[in-house]
Parts: sequence; structure tokens; C-alpha cells
Amino acid sequence: MRDFILPRFWRSASDSARFKGLFNYRAAWVLAIVLTAFSSLAPLLAMVSFDYQISRSAAESEVRLRTSRTVSNAKRSISFYLKERISALQFVLRDNTYKTLSARGRLTLLLQDLAESHGGFIDLGIIDQDGTQKTYAGPYNLEGKNYKGQDWFGLAASRGSYISGVFLGFRNVPHLVVVVRHDLPGGGFFLLRATLDTEQFSSLARLELSLGGDSFIINHSGVLQTPSRYHGDVLSTLNLPVPNYSEHTEVIGDEAPGGRVFVGYAYIPDSPFVLMVIKDRAELLASWYQTRVQLLGFLIASIFVVLLVVFAVATYLVNSIFIADQNRVAVLHHAEHSNKLASIGRLAAGVAHEINNPLAVIGEKTGLLKDLLTYGGSSVSHDRLLALSRDIERSVERCGNITKHLLGFARHINVSVERINLAAVVDETLGFLRKEAEYRSIEIITAVGEGQLDFECDRGKLQQILLNLVNNAFQAVSDGGHVSVTADSPDEEHIRIQVSDDGCGIAAVDRERIFEPFFSTKKDFGGTGLGLSITYGLVRKLSGDISVESTEGEGTIFTIVLPRKCGGGNGDSCEYC
Amino acid sequence: MRILLVDDERDLVSALAERFSFRNIDADFATSGDEALKMAQTTAYDLAILDVKMPKINGLELSKRLLKILPELKCIFLTGHGSELDFQAGASMGVAYLVKPVNIDLLVREIHKVLGQGKDG
Repeated sequence: MRDFILPRFWRSASDSARFKGLFNYRAAWVLAIVLTAFSSLAPLLAMVSFDYQISRSAAESEVRLRTSRTVSNAKRSISFYLKERISALQFVLRDNTYKTLSARGRLTLLLQDLAESHGGFIDLGIIDQDGTQKTYAGPYNLEGKNYKGQDWFGLAASRGSYISGVFLGFRNVPHLVVVVRHDLPGGGFFLLRATLDTEQFSSLARLELSLGGDSFIINHSGVLQTPSRYHGDVLSTLNLPVPNYSEHTEVIGDEAPGGRVFVGYAYIPDSPFVLMVIKDRAELLASWYQTRVQLLGFLIASIFVVLLVVFAVATYLVNSIFIADQNRVAVLHHAEHSNKLASIGRLAAGVAHEINNPLAVIGEKTGLLKDLLTYGGSSVSHDRLLALSRDIERSVERCGNITKHLLGFARHINVSVERINLAAVVDETLGFLRKEAEYRSIEIITAVGEGQLDFECDRGKLQQILLNLVNNAFQAVSDGGHVSVTADSPDEEHIRIQVSDDGCGIAAVDRERIFEPFFSTKKDFGGTGLGLSITYGLVRKLSGDISVESTEGEGTIFTIVLPRKCGGGNGDSCEYC
Repeated sequence: MRILLVDDERDLVSALAERFSFRNIDADFATSGDEALKMAQTTAYDLAILDVKMPKINGLELSKRLLKILPELKCIFLTGHGSELDFQAGASMGVAYLVKPVNIDLLVREIHKVLGQGKDG
């Protein structure tokens, strides 16, 4: 659990310089999470956003269509209602003369017939061209009233028919009138005027809407002609703007005091009325909103799960890489150590052979001395004995030189940065290989300038690098071949060492892989595939570069370029410089 | 019995040859393969004691060439450091391997053994 919350690579990255430069695990982890999360969530979010836009648009279109249909139907009903009343009055005028209509009894009878057949008629009146109501049938006493000063009288006289808005009139009661003009045969005209029941008229606009909906009729000035559920009573002014005139039914989105609404409206033809249907947008889109909320919940849960999986997978993978790297570094450290021991082992074998020869000479000379004293008797000359002693001394001195040489070499196997003379190091390293070269008739050519090639370096590592490369060259050449070690200074900052041979060369296909760990073309002959990779690692640790040029069948040149000053600078260790 | 000693260490083979003379063994010595081959052309040696590692021609190669000249020749090899491969190669050829520095008495016994003779033989 602790590893999940704070993985090993995170802890190690902050407190260990051991793996510095190998891999930035934190950056890789962050990058993996960001990229994976982005590539996973971006399409999901885009899809949800797209779906949101499309489905909202579709839901709104549906609501608009339904509202439009409702308004259109109501508009037809109201229009029909008004036209029917006008037609009824026109029928009365065609069926009766001015004279018969002027009889109150006849007018009352007609009012009863209209009220029964059509409904909604309150009263009837005959008004002459001077505006005076000549005859009146109805519940009020309006006979003799003059309407010439009222707007509707002029409009009805000029248009032939007229539907008024709702107004208070002489009775101070909201009502509306329909008026039809009739021309007299001898000239002049009179008007048949009927008052309509506002309750019946209002019921036409009272649609069955959901809780938040409202429907009513206004006139062109925005005065309510029928009562509204939320926007005021009859003859009060609507708190919404009057919609623009349109021949057809329209639905618009608008802001109402209670929130955003859909407003459906239709201008009723040949009348001062505008039917308005107002629906609460939130209420209409409630089911859509509910689906959205569910989808949003699903989206949030999905994002959480995706992020959790991305986080877990990225952490697991980077942690696995970190652990694999740790193991790899440990194996390489072990291999490097083994290689160092193998180098020492190779040296020891060479040294044993080198020492055994003078030891054998000492043994035989001592044995001869003993033989002379045993079998030679008194005839052994003093000079002969002295010569034998000198031979023994010379061999002992030879042994001493070899052991000194070995000690000098071994002292630098451990890590240390010091000022070194490259010529001396090359000579010292090749010293152990000269005898083998002699036995195999391999010519070792060295061209290392004296003096100017002094520089700071880890002597032990440089020895190991040279030993590995020269050993490699020895394995590549046949008996009688040539191996050369040359060094120069390409610029003031660097030293260049080249180890070349005229051996079998490296195939082009293998050349790019020779520095990889465990890559070997000599596995059948005991090669581990670690020599050159370790050499590469050692050169890198010395802040240098190693490259190879090779032609199959002609030979190989390894070139090492090292800085004159070790980057470590503390004179102690160059491990991570 | 005539023995040819071959080693690039002159001090070693000269001393060894002289020590053999004290033990009634006639021994000549050569310090290179070429010199040994020349000597084998003129003298019929019974046994060659050869250093394994020598410049130009190593001991094993030299023994093969000597056997072409002297088919009856027996060989004993001396080596500075006896490796498993050296011993295996020697055993396959039916020859003896001795590691330097070698005890003279052991070497004499080995000579007699290789030549199939008793010590006084």
C-alpha cells in the first residue's frame, strides 16, 4: 500500500544519486499520466460535450414544436370564435330590416336566439349613423347612449365590421364588442353591435398547461385581455415585451421574472388580440436535465475510474522500469567487478608464467651448483661457482622486477583520480601482454607521445579499459598479426587513444551492437558479451566517448576520447562524473 | 639415450643439460624451434623436452615437426603454467606434462618412464 501511495522510484529519485542520469522516472511518470489521461479523456469529454449540444438542441426544438402546435390550435379556435360571432351578426342583418331590428321585441328575440345557438352574446344594440343607440336588448339600460365619440364607432363605420379589445365602457365592466355595419337602401347606414361574454372569450385562451405554464391574450399594446396565471389580471399591463408582429405562429426564448421561458405567440387576424403561451423552460427541459445529470454523474465516475487506472498503470509500469533498472545496474556493477577480477586473473596467469621462468632458472642453477659440489668434487672452479651465483642473482632480480611491476599495476586497480602519464600507463599495461605477443608473434606498436599527454584520470579504470581493448585486439588477430596503441591530443581539452588491429574485423550488422551488454560474437569460445559494454561504461564514467571503426577482414580501430580533466574534480572518485 | 632440450631460456636449458650429464644422460639444448629442427636433422634423439610457450614455434607445434623428422621421438613438455587445456592436449598425444620449476629427479624418472626403461636402464 505504501508503494502505491509513494512508489519506490519517487522516493529513490529524490534521495539517491546512484541512478542519477539513467532515467528521469518522475518526469516519465508525469508524462505517462498526462498523455494517457489526455488521450483517454479528451475523446470522452468531446463526445459528452457534442452530445450535450445536440441533445439540448433536439430537446429545445421538440419543446418549440409542441408550443407552436398548441398556440396554432388555440389561435384557430379564437379566430373561429370571433369570425363566427361576426357572421352571426351579418346573418341577422341580412335576415332583418332596419325597421324590424328597431323593434325591441324583435331584437330581444334575436338576442335569445343568438345566445342559445352560439353562446356568449350578452346584449344587442342598433346604433344609427349619428352614434346613438336607437334600440337595445340586454340586461343594461343603454338605449339612447351615444357612441360617436368612441374609437370603435369610427372604425366600425369605416371598415364594415369591427372587433374591439376588452374595455370597461359605460358599464365600467370589462367586456368586448363586435360590430357590423349595414348600409341602408336610401343611403346612410346603421351598426349592429353585440357585447360578448368575456368569460367565454377568456376560456378560449385558458389552455391546459403544466404547472409552470401560462396562456392569455393581450392587445397590441401589451394590455392583458384575459386573466393570466402569473402575469396579472385583465386590463393590467403585461410585464413582458409585446412580441413583434408575425403572420404565423412563433416561439421565442425569453427572460421572464421567474427565469427563462419559451414564449409562443400568434397575432389573431382582424382583431386587436395576440395569443400568448408562456412555458417555463426549466420545467419543459426537466427530463432532459435529469438525463444530463445522470450522464454527468456517469462522466464524473468514468473520469475518476480512468484517472485511477491511468495513475495505477503508470505507477506500476514506471516502478517496474525503475526496479528493472536497479537490477540491471546491480548486474552491470557485478559484471564490472567480475571483469575487473578477470583482468586481474589474466594478469596473474601472465605473471605466474613470467615468474616461473626465472624461478625455473634459479632452480636449475641451484641444482647445478649442488650437482657440481656433489659430483664435481674439488675440480669445481671458484669462477664457475661465482658465475652460477651471478646467474641466480640475475634471475632473482628478474623476479623482483616482475613483482614490482605487478604491485605497481595492482595498486591502481582501485578507484582514484590522479595525474597520470599516459605513456607510462600504456607501457605498464602492455608489459603483461608482451610475452603473449612474443609467443604468438604479434607485433605491438605503440605511439604515445611523452609529456604532453599527462592528464587527470582514474588510473585503474584507464588500465582496465586498455587491458580490455588490447585483449580484444589479441583475440581478433591471428598469430603474426599487428596491434597498435596510439595516443594524441586532438585539442587542448581532450586526449585521444586508439587501439587498432589487423584482425578479423567486426561485421557491419554487429558493429552497432557491440557495446550492448551480453552481446558477443564469441559466445561459443567463452565470450560473455560484457567486455566491451563494461569498457563502454568505464569510458562514460570517465566522461569520455568511445567509437569503433571496422572493416570485416581488414581490422578494427577503437577510439577513445577522454577529457584532460576529470569532471569529478574532488580527486577521490570519478564514479558519476 | 640422447635428449634434446628446447626452451627459449638459455640459462635454464644449459643448466639442465649440464645436470643431465652428471646423471649419465646425454643432452643437447636449443633455444628456439628452428634451432631444434636443425639439430634433429643431424642427430637421432630419443627424447625431446620442450617448453610449451616459445616464440615463433610453440612446443606442441615443434613436437609435431620433430616427429616428422624422428618418428620414434618421445616428448616431455615443460610449461610455465599448466592449464587444463595443455594437460588435455598432452594426454591426448600420450606425452607427459611437467610444470616449471621441475625437480631434476622427478624429471629423470619421467624420462625413464617415457622411454620405457628402468632407472639404470
